[in-house]
Amino acid sequence: MAEMNPTGDNTLLRETTALREIGWFERFLGPENYRILTGLLKTPASIFGFILIGLFVLIAVAAPLIMPPTTPNDPYKIPRDGFSPNPQPPGTEWKRNAPPLPFWYKPIMRSDKWVHILGTSTGQYDIFYGIIWGTRTAFRTGFIVVILTFLIGTIIGAISSYYGGAVDNVIMRIVDVFLTLPFILAALILAAVITPRFGKSLFPAIIALVTFGWMTYARLIRGDILSVKQRDYVLAAQVIGVKDSRILLRHIIPNAIFPTLVYASLGIGDVVLSFAALSFLGIGTEIGYADWGQVLSFARNWITSLNTYWYIIVWPGITLVLFVMGWNLVGDALRDVLDPRMRGKS
Amino acid sequence: MTTYIIRRLLLVPVLLIGVTILIFGMLQFLSPIERSALYIRDVPKNDRAVEGVIKQYGLDKPLYVQYWKWLVGVTDAKTGVRKGGILFGDFGYSRVASQPVADLIKNRFPNTLDLTIWAIAPVILIGIWLGVQAAVHQNGIIDQAARMFSIVGTSFPTFVFGLLMLMIFYANLKWFPPGRLSDIYNRVVLSPDFHHYTKLLTFDALLNGRFDIFFDAIRHMFLPILTLSYISWATFLRVTRSSMLETLRMEYITTARAKGLPEKDVIYKHAQPNAMIPAITLAGFSVIGLLGGVVITETVFTYPGIGQAAAQAAAQLDVVTVLGFALFNGFILIVSNLVVDVLYAFVDPRVRLS
Repeated sequence: MAEMNPTGDNTLLRETTALREIGWFERFLGPENYRILTGLLKTPASIFGFILIGLFVLIAVAAPLIMPPTTPNDPYKIPRDGFSPNPQPPGTEWKRNAPPLPFWYKPIMRSDKWVHILGTSTGQYDIFYGIIWGTRTAFRTGFIVVILTFLIGTIIGAISSYYGGAVDNVIMRIVDVFLTLPFILAALILAAVITPRFGKSLFPAIIALVTFGWMTYARLIRGDILSVKQRDYVLAAQVIGVKDSRILLRHIIPNAIFPTLVYASLGIGDVVLSFAALSFLGIGTEIGYADWGQVLSFARNWITSLNTYWYIIVWPGITLVLFVMGWNLVGDALRDVLDPRMRGKS
Repeated sequence: MTTYIIRRLLLVPVLLIGVTILIFGMLQFLSPIERSALYIRDVPKNDRAVEGVIKQYGLDKPLYVQYWKWLVGVTDAKTGVRKGGILFGDFGYSRVASQPVADLIKNRFPNTLDLTIWAIAPVILIGIWLGVQAAVHQNGIIDQAARMFSIVGTSFPTFVFGLLMLMIFYANLKWFPPGRLSDIYNRVVLSPDFHHYTKLLTFDALLNGRFDIFFDAIRHMFLPILTLSYISWATFLRVTRSSMLETLRMEYITTARAKGLPEKDVIYKHAQPNAMIPAITLAGFSVIGLLGGVVITETVFTYPGIGQAAAQAAAQLDVVTVLGFALFNGFILIVSNLVVDVLYAFVDPRVRLS
């Protein structure tokens, strides 16, 4: 047991546990949060996920360049090439309502005549246009819903865990009640109830998704706050007489919020999926609005002839699958990083 | 364990009151006269009749009065006939289906139950076994296939998956048609010779000895079953696998092996019962997930269950009908959640013995 003799010479120790440089970024985030972030960038699957998400961000940002709107005042309206109910295959010439030619069109398509690149759906809505501008709709609804659910969830979770006791009990029972109905059914119902009030727009679906979406975050942040509350520095602050509200806002929440924040930001995939599902069921935007669920719902009347009109579901379907897959892959990596059994094994 | 079960039972009235208040709150988005569909079939058009109806059913009273009336209904003083009253199973009148919501549910629910049983039973029976196999032979063929499947499976939105299935197996191959039954068999089922013992079509067909009808029903249900359950397959595999892997690393498993028990006994008698606990919780969640999932699945396949009816009513903004479905769903889920939690207490030795 020679190693156990304290000799004052720690060269052996230095050899076994190498010193590690701590960069400013790690110092800024703190070791635990830094581990979460780097853990997300480690597996090939999550990197592929990030690439997918990046591509969609690019499409959303560059939407006006990729697909210049026919009606610049209302770019989310999918232009219609006539009114015939039968879908047209990819490559059909664009006769009416064609948008201006984008910069990439001539070099790639080797022609200056607009064609429906991915075909048209029922009512001659251009599928390519719907997918490109639908990406923007997806991110818009995703961001709004995630930010709102995160804020509401954090506030409620913080109040619940901070006051504890009866307050905690009541709030958690309310969470139970909200979780009783299946999410998509509850959202569908609320959206249907408020649509007559607000008209057909993004609004009812967003409200519905927020109303039934905050509970996960409330539970998450509550758990994290309860554990942070036990730390020594909180006790130290209490001992020297810092006010409760200051302890909560300055010491507890900043140290507890990061996992929930990351979790919430990855929730966009789920939100977009639920939104598309509501849209598909006919709740949400007015007909012809560029959103993926709506483009897919055009296929509902053509189920018997999907062998001829395959393109009305395959292209928007692939788009939605890739989008959700991107967020899922990163989300899976996050779940591994946040798993308490994995702590310290970065 | 008794305290655990009692505490769990006490939660039931809380949830019931909570869910009814939630749904009652959503009803408040309707105008008083729109809410009268909770009590009467035909909403009157002219002003005087409208006022009379509002007065009769207390639709302009304070909220707590309205809530109470909504729960127990309004009884006519002269005739003694009760109208409305969700506690008596009267959810009002459906504008879209032009029949009482309760009747609509009664007609549609057996179809949904039929579908759900066929969707969940194989998952629980085979999915758990596959998960255990994947864990026992880690990185084997079953394990690799299961991992691929769960990544791809969880990324497919239900309705995209359903539409693709329809495209391949119905539009192209003509193997599995949508709907409930072929026309020729529909006539048989509606005829008086066909006895409805359980109201569940597949089981009734078997009980009547009509295997041709049974196979036709399964042919129609195959794609909906697949669409409804592929996510459950993926999650069941993953959860059983990881909990089994964790259990196999426990010290009592090493002890069991050290005692010289055959490997079969170690896995199926010592490890599996403990590894099953998360799977049972998950089974409960899956039932909830499926009841949500039927909305989309039934709509894609035009399968006449409560999910399709709810989606149809929602799309046509028939709020009273939709909320009736919500209530019904809420009741079912509160009960099934209770069953799962109590079952959990019996399965988990840590709860059972405390």
